[in-house]
Amino acid sequence: MSFHSARSLLFAAIVLALAGCEKPATPSQNTPGELTVRIGASAPLTGPQAHIGKDNESGTRMAIDDANARGIFIGGRRIHFELISEDDQADPKTATIVAQKLVDNQVSGVIGHLNSGTTIPASRIYSDNGIVQISPSATATAYTAQGFKTAFRVMANDAQQGRVLGEYATRNLGAKKIAVIDDRTGYGQGLADEFIKAAQANGAQIVAHEYTNDKAYDFTAVLTAVKGKQPDLLFYAGMDPQAGPMAKQLKSLALKLKFMMGDGGYTPQFIKLAGDAAEGSYASLPGVPLNKMPGGKEFETRFVARYQPIQLYAPYCYDAVNVMIAAMQKADSVEPANYLAALAGISHDGVTAKIQFDEKGDLKGGAITLYQVQQGKWQPLETLGAAAAAAP
Amino acid sequence: MEIFLQQIINGLVQGSVYALVALGYTMVYGILGLINFAHGEVVMIGAMLAISSLTALLGIGVPPLLALPLSAGFAMLGCMALGYGIERIAYRPLRHAPRLAPLITAIGVSIVLQNLAMMVWGREYHSFPQLIANSPHSIGGAIINDIQIIIFILALAIMAGLMLLVHRTRLGRAMRAVAENQHAAQLMGVDINRVISVTFMLGSALAAVAGMMVSANYGLAHYYMGFLLGLKAFTAAVLGGIGNLRGAMLGGLLLGLIESLGAGYIGDLSGGVFGSNYQDVFAFFVLIAVLVFRPSGLLGERIAERA
Repeated sequence: MSFHSARSLLFAAIVLALAGCEKPATPSQNTPGELTVRIGASAPLTGPQAHIGKDNESGTRMAIDDANARGIFIGGRRIHFELISEDDQADPKTATIVAQKLVDNQVSGVIGHLNSGTTIPASRIYSDNGIVQISPSATATAYTAQGFKTAFRVMANDAQQGRVLGEYATRNLGAKKIAVIDDRTGYGQGLADEFIKAAQANGAQIVAHEYTNDKAYDFTAVLTAVKGKQPDLLFYAGMDPQAGPMAKQLKSLALKLKFMMGDGGYTPQFIKLAGDAAEGSYASLPGVPLNKMPGGKEFETRFVARYQPIQLYAPYCYDAVNVMIAAMQKADSVEPANYLAALAGISHDGVTAKIQFDEKGDLKGGAITLYQVQQGKWQPLETLGAAAAAAP
Repeated sequence: MEIFLQQIINGLVQGSVYALVALGYTMVYGILGLINFAHGEVVMIGAMLAISSLTALLGIGVPPLLALPLSAGFAMLGCMALGYGIERIAYRPLRHAPRLAPLITAIGVSIVLQNLAMMVWGREYHSFPQLIANSPHSIGGAIINDIQIIIFILALAIMAGLMLLVHRTRLGRAMRAVAENQHAAQLMGVDINRVISVTFMLGSALAAVAGMMVSANYGLAHYYMGFLLGLKAFTAAVLGGIGNLRGAMLGGLLLGLIESLGAGYIGDLSGGVFGSNYQDVFAFFVLIAVLVFRPSGLLGERIAERA
């Protein structure tokens, strides 16, 4: 064997190894008479938020595997659902490319995207092509405010969440001088604005509004600037890769204040990254605590057995797939044009909430639960919002 | 005033890490005229190796104060092997190719390393075990903790050691000779391949230390962390004058200070028009400004002293 071919063999091996690492090991059991229906999913599978993206993919995959195991018949034919999962890198530009790719793959619906910043630009492409999109986790109000009939979400939006957080910070925690940091993504920006509105309406003063980005891990400069304004509460609107080190740096800079986040911080990863500095931090998550939902505990047990501890949105992805399939069954069609109306009017008992959509595609009466890190674990404090009373 | 002092401390700590990484860029550039864009990933691999070995050592009951230097040594050895391998596989075959070719392989190596790290260590963040007490000391109202003091002093010590190595030893003389003129050095009996390999290994060892410092300071490591850090350190090297060792140190410290003071004060100074979201922009603004107004960098008399 010549040196040259040995080298090209090595290259081929590396390329194959890299290409092969992401292939799902789902065997195709497409028996005759079965109809294959493609469901698209998109989340950041690489980059700083890859752990949350993978969690989304796993939640989606589990729902699809469950549906295939159950054996779903639509239009008299047994349906085999196939997941097409794409990496949008949490990047708005990549998200539009991914969206076009899913459209070209003739998916019947899309579960995604994870971030608001990617969901919003992608939603136009899905809408133009008449493909139903259910985001498990995009919370920016702008997503459903564009008037797209195909856009849905199974999570409370930032207007609901920001208001609850702002009210909780001022009324329950008694914050008077509040500093806000956001990560300038579609999510962080929207949540911060809604939070500020609610906090100011309740008499708090916003003493600083600083910014970072979704790839940073050094916040000492920003936090030092915040320290000079002497706030009694810091609200961070962003995801856990930033929130974790931020909590740690708060402690090492000896800033004594209450630290609060939205749903992006409510992960086990946050506690791992912040270490003992996580203690006492607050975060919110739309929905009621998983173990209070009828199927929640069972979902968690099965998910953990199959993948790893739930990071964040896996249950919401599971619900998003199931509500989509339920609508298909109700309409007895896998064509988006046919099952869209059924989806808009659906009432589905998910593992996170009872899912019903309002006219914009937002979740009706979304409950929001506040959590606090106590003894190294997220503990629910109270559930607020419209559906709190109705929750089982 | 204490806020200002705090920003200076933040900047110096961050800057000393930039300086260590920048040294790796500058040493390779000085000798080969090549920008090793994979250097940031070597930092990341160093951090990952340190965390993995540290966790393993602590797991079998090695006392923390012994485990720390042991894992640092392991990470340095691992990165030295990696640096040697990168040079041997990706750069040496292209040493006489047009300049663009090794630059492109460098970017390729960087992508391969990032993906390999993602396969080995996964996508999640790894936390650095907290071994050094996070006890804050107050200097005139500004807070500095033990880890930051260790980072700063260790970085200065390593830089001093490197200067001694380059200027006082036989190996250093060989490095300077190769930097000045490869062919002449070869005729004088310098083993060029060996010198270049050693340069890569030295730079990679520094990268391993820097990676360990970053992950100890921020308490985390992630397969993606090398990318931005690498770019910033490259900027620091250019700022100081790429190819110049003292320049890399100065550039690193300056860049740390510029970032920290810039992010801390731009909001108030511009009346809220610009905010701290421009923190990363400062580094690249500096890069452009240097390239436009002083392409050879602050200390950039490249011919006079390269190593």
